[in-house]
Parts: sequence; C-alpha cells; structure tokens
Amino acid sequence: MHELSIAMSIVDMALEEAENRGVAIEGVHIDLGWLSGVVADALLFSYEMACSGTPLEGSRLVIREVPVEIYCATCKAQRALNSIQGFCCPLCGAPASDVIHGRELAITGLEVRDERPTATIGST
Amino acid sequence: MSAQPRLLEVRKNILKQNDIVARALRERFRAEGTFVVSLVSSPGAGKTAFLEKTLTLLRPHYRVAALVGDLATENDALRLARSHAPVKQITTGTLCHLEAAMVERALADWDTDTPEFLFIENVGNLVCPSSYDLGESLRLVLLSVTEGEDKPLKYPTIFNSADVAVITKIDLAEAVEFDEALAHANIQAVRPAMHCLTVSAKTGVGMPEYLRFLENRFADAFETSGPRI
Repeated sequence: MHELSIAMSIVDMALEEAENRGVAIEGVHIDLGWLSGVVADALLFSYEMACSGTPLEGSRLVIREVPVEIYCATCKAQRALNSIQGFCCPLCGAPASDVIHGRELAITGLEVRDERPTATIGST
Repeated sequence: MSAQPRLLEVRKNILKQNDIVARALRERFRAEGTFVVSLVSSPGAGKTAFLEKTLTLLRPHYRVAALVGDLATENDALRLARSHAPVKQITTGTLCHLEAAMVERALADWDTDTPEFLFIENVGNLVCPSSYDLGESLRLVLLSVTEGEDKPLKYPTIFNSADVAVITKIDLAEAVEFDEALAHANIQAVRPAMHCLTVSAKTGVGMPEYLRFLENRFADAFETSGPRI
C-alpha cells in the first residue's frame, strides 16, 4: 500500500503548481501505466485522505490508465498488449520486452480556477 | 462569480524526487566503483539466507557490504552480520518499500570502506518496491520453489522491473513438486529473455554460477580484469 505516499506526492506537487500560478485547483489529471505498480482504486481512496485539510480538499483525481505498448522487432511496429501476463506481440506472437508505454506515473493536467483578489462588493 | 474551471496541461513525473536522488546515487556508485545489487521478493522467499551466503562467499575476494530494509526489527542485520561483512539495517516503520532517499541517508552516516559490491535487500513485498529506483546496477527478483510457479504471472510488474530472476530453495523442489520448466516459462512470459538463475543457499547448489555471473557484471561495469574467485 504505497498509494498513500504517491497520493501525498501528487497533492504536494499540485499545491506547488497552484501557488506558482496563483490558481485554485479543482481537479488533477494523471496518467497511470499498467506497469506503474500503482492501483487506481487504492490511489483514489488515498487521494481523498491526502487532500483533507489542504486547499485541495474536495478536488477530484482523474486517472487515465495507460496500457502497455511494446515494440515488436519482428513486425517493426508498436503494439498494445492485451495483458501484462504475456509480453509478446499480439499479432505475430514474438516475445517482446521493449516497453514503449505503460510505466507512466505522471501529472498531465490541472483543472484550475483563477484566484482573484477578494473585492468588497456592494459597500454603501 | 469566478470563471469556469479550465484545464492546464502540465507534465510532471510523480516520482521525480525519488528519481533525482536515485540518479545521483547511481552516478556516485559509478564514480566510486561500487556495483549495487538490489533484492526484491515476497516475505519468506529466502532473501536473507541467500544474501548471507553471497556475502560469505564474496567477502574473501571483494569488499562487500549490505543494507537491509524491514518494517521492524534488526533481526536480518544480525543474521547477515554472521558473514562478517559490514551490514546496516534500514527500519522503514510502516513503509512497505525502500526509497532512494533512505539509501542515501543510510550511506551518509555509515563509516565503512567503500564497497565493491553493495547489496540492498528491499522490504519483503512484490508490489510496492517495483515503482522505486534505488540507483542499483542490477535488480534481482527472487522466487522460492515453495511459492508456486505462477508467482511471475500474479506479480508481472515487479518481474518486469527486475533484471534477473533467481529461483531459490531449489533443494526443496522435489518435496513441493516444483515444476521448474513451467516457472521459467512464466518468467519469460512477463519478461522475455530475462536472465534466470537457480540456487539453494542451504546446499550451495547454483551459487558458483551466481557468483560468476556477478563477477562478470562487475568486470563489465568497471572494465576490470577477470574473475578473482
């Protein structure tokens, strides 16, 4: 269960971005590769805990799972694997260990709202 | 009213901090001539017995040292100390894996000669350690015959992240009706062309081949002349 420490890194990084850019964050988008070693459900659960008590509380985590793509030296082409139990080309069946995609563990986008200085409205 | 939310595109590696530390460690190990081997496996696969044997056999010929990670207790460090090699325990508390910064900290206040071989025994866990680069030159994943041949299929991520698979406790293979060919096929399914060794730390079977393998990798990494054993 290392998802909580991953979630805490995400929150730290997002807060840093929010501060640098002067924005409020409503959502964090991440890419999660099948080979990242991180479980999406456990991460979603941990994210909520990691956000609580921070300016990110109530924000959402949007996970895009990235399947494994290998390079097949026989077909000379990139192919998506059907499962990570079999590292071979889904078309020609040749074993393939050259992983192009699937190890991703990255923040790819932030849903933000610009923060404006609070103005006093309707003063008489 | 504030404006509608908008999507800002960013690209930030979540484990960037760990990767930065790991890269610095790798450069340092390279400069100091230290070949670093990390060991991952499930709890009870025989990492400590295998490492104790490795340290004992290598120590007369190479400067060796080991860092050993566990949630609690110093038991493994005490066991490994029987090899008379410098050994240091990293107690992670509740953390299920080692991170590069822990290795860096453990090395910082360790008064020992710069080793030629540094072994890092990770916490017994086939899931979490796969995501964390420790700056190692070689990652070994251990699979004991008592665990069943399908472990690689159940934990493909860690097998895929490793460089070498070591089948341990081969002296028990017959008793548990271990199908070695099937285990090899499963390893190859999740990591084609992976180098695979078979050992028994208890009887010593396969240890000479393993040591020869380490010596060759050491010689390749630092362009030193032939084996010393």
